[in-house]
Amino acid sequence: MKILVCISNVPDTTSKINFTDGDTKFDTNGVQFVINPNDEFGLTRAMWFKEKQGATVHVVSVGGPTIDPTIRKALAIGADEAIRINAEPTDGFFVAQQLAEVVKNGDYNLVIAGRESIDYNGGMVPGILAALLDMNFVNTCISLEIDGENATAQREIDGGKETLSTSLPLVIGGQKGLVQESDLKIPNMRGIMMARQKKLTVVEPVDALNATQETKFEKPAAKGAVKLVDASNVDELISLLHNEAKVI
Amino acid sequence: MKPDLFEAPDYYNLDDLLSEEHILVRDAARQWVKREVSPIIEEYAQKAEFPKQILSGLAEIGAFGPYIPMEYGGAGLDQISYGLIMQEIERGDSGVRSTASVQSSLVMYPIFTYGNEEQRKKYLPKLASGELIGCFGLTEPNHGSNPNGMETKFKDMGDHYLLNGAKLWISNSPFADIAVVWAKNEEGRIHGLIVERGMKGFSTPTTHNKWSLRASATGELIFENVKVPKENLLPNKSGLGAPLGCLDSARYGIAWGAIGAAMDCYNTALRYAKERIQFGKPIAATQLQQKKLAEMITEITKAQLLAFRLGQLKNEGNATTAQISMAKRNNVDMALKIAREARQVLGAMGISGEYSIMRHMMNLESVITYEGTHDIHLLITGADITGLPAFK
Repeated sequence: MKILVCISNVPDTTSKINFTDGDTKFDTNGVQFVINPNDEFGLTRAMWFKEKQGATVHVVSVGGPTIDPTIRKALAIGADEAIRINAEPTDGFFVAQQLAEVVKNGDYNLVIAGRESIDYNGGMVPGILAALLDMNFVNTCISLEIDGENATAQREIDGGKETLSTSLPLVIGGQKGLVQESDLKIPNMRGIMMARQKKLTVVEPVDALNATQETKFEKPAAKGAVKLVDASNVDELISLLHNEAKVI
Repeated sequence: MKPDLFEAPDYYNLDDLLSEEHILVRDAARQWVKREVSPIIEEYAQKAEFPKQILSGLAEIGAFGPYIPMEYGGAGLDQISYGLIMQEIERGDSGVRSTASVQSSLVMYPIFTYGNEEQRKKYLPKLASGELIGCFGLTEPNHGSNPNGMETKFKDMGDHYLLNGAKLWISNSPFADIAVVWAKNEEGRIHGLIVERGMKGFSTPTTHNKWSLRASATGELIFENVKVPKENLLPNKSGLGAPLGCLDSARYGIAWGAIGAAMDCYNTALRYAKERIQFGKPIAATQLQQKKLAEMITEITKAQLLAFRLGQLKNEGNATTAQISMAKRNNVDMALKIAREARQVLGAMGISGEYSIMRHMMNLESVITYEGTHDIHLLITGADITGLPAFK
């Protein structure tokens, strides 16, 4: 089994978010970047397939040289090889087209992408990718077993889970559940040293169009001050909710 | 214990001096400490017990012998990486860092540097994987700062050595599988011997009632006519310089480790000072608290620069014993002072086990004493700059 794990380089969840250039660009100043958590669950599951079923695991990411530390971390965790597509990931359609090219050229039979990246939360890439490649697709995947060419996957649905049987080649949009948070691998020192020797191929992007263009970002309105109302003063509470907060 | 909200200060953008690999190493160790050490360490310190379950984790992330070559089970990392790992582990607890320091610098280092190929192959991979845990016996009841006066001795009995004596204040001794022991031969020359648990006449009583390094196991090493096989003698170096070479490596790690403890105290105090409201404003808005916090970050930054430069010198093989002494002395003293000041910022909460500060403070009282006391390191600098040793 040859697995491609698509990873996104995203701001750490504790990052302070700001915008520049008239609120049209994300300000990366002082921001720490990490492997997109949904992708990391997928990567960890891929490492399980490597250890238990002898799978080969490659990782791919779209971005400039600044994302190399994130890719190197995936190699330190245990991926065999990496590919960086040397282009800014401008929208989901663009990214999916770039990834599709790598999948076609690499003869992968399982593609694991995160359900969505936690920066722009588009949630489009795995679906578009599956469509471009004409592969089977399971989104919001919380469990995946592979037996030969057959796959059994679970998907999160409203109020429950759905179990699906499908077959390779397959694209999944993964998330927590594929593995648990406590299963996520911390790269060890030997892994970090071995990552130095592993192949990181940089490929140029193919011609592809964006389907969307970012025009402006806005931050949520700042939280207002909290007003404390004495527990015995129900009338004042109702008045505030009705007249100020206008929620009742 | 409160959730671990630690955010590392980097006031002088020192990350820019680190390689991509150093940052990956540092962040991996940091993540491991947050996941495995922070949630449990307070409980173990309170009950004065070493959390043995983390030994496999320390081995798994590569904290045992990170600079030992891969062929012997290490990771083959550089000295700055080793320092960063020690910094992150001591950010969690000096006792856990002590366990990793002892295993790496005081057990694996002498076997790698002074041992022969058979000894390296026999012990190093198992020490790296945590299958074997080691300890280091130098200090004796009557000989602390003056190890050259040691009384532990061994006699050549033809087909084996006969070892007699006692060592104390030995980290890891109560559960160690092997001990690298320094003892004098019949001519009074110091040699290193590998003593294995189970050898007749070798016992390791635990030291109880410590108010410091409570989450670390400390004990004695007692040798009563222990028959040590001749192949267990470390052949490639003898004399006091041999154990002192190990101490150079361990002290270097401590110089980095202390920064971790200081960072944790500073970060906790800064967060608390911004949240704690007195007289209608956060205490961080008052001049006296700002003085404390501003001095802390200044001292941490200076210590980081000292450790980083020392790491470069170590990577080049040019760090002198006296340079290492200066960094160990300065950085541990810095950390202890920060711990005491940070404890005050938290007021009464500072003495509570809900925060890590007082645990660090108590731990650092050991760290400022072991591996060369604060005063002895000053005298090493004094001897180095004047050429006149004051301790002889």
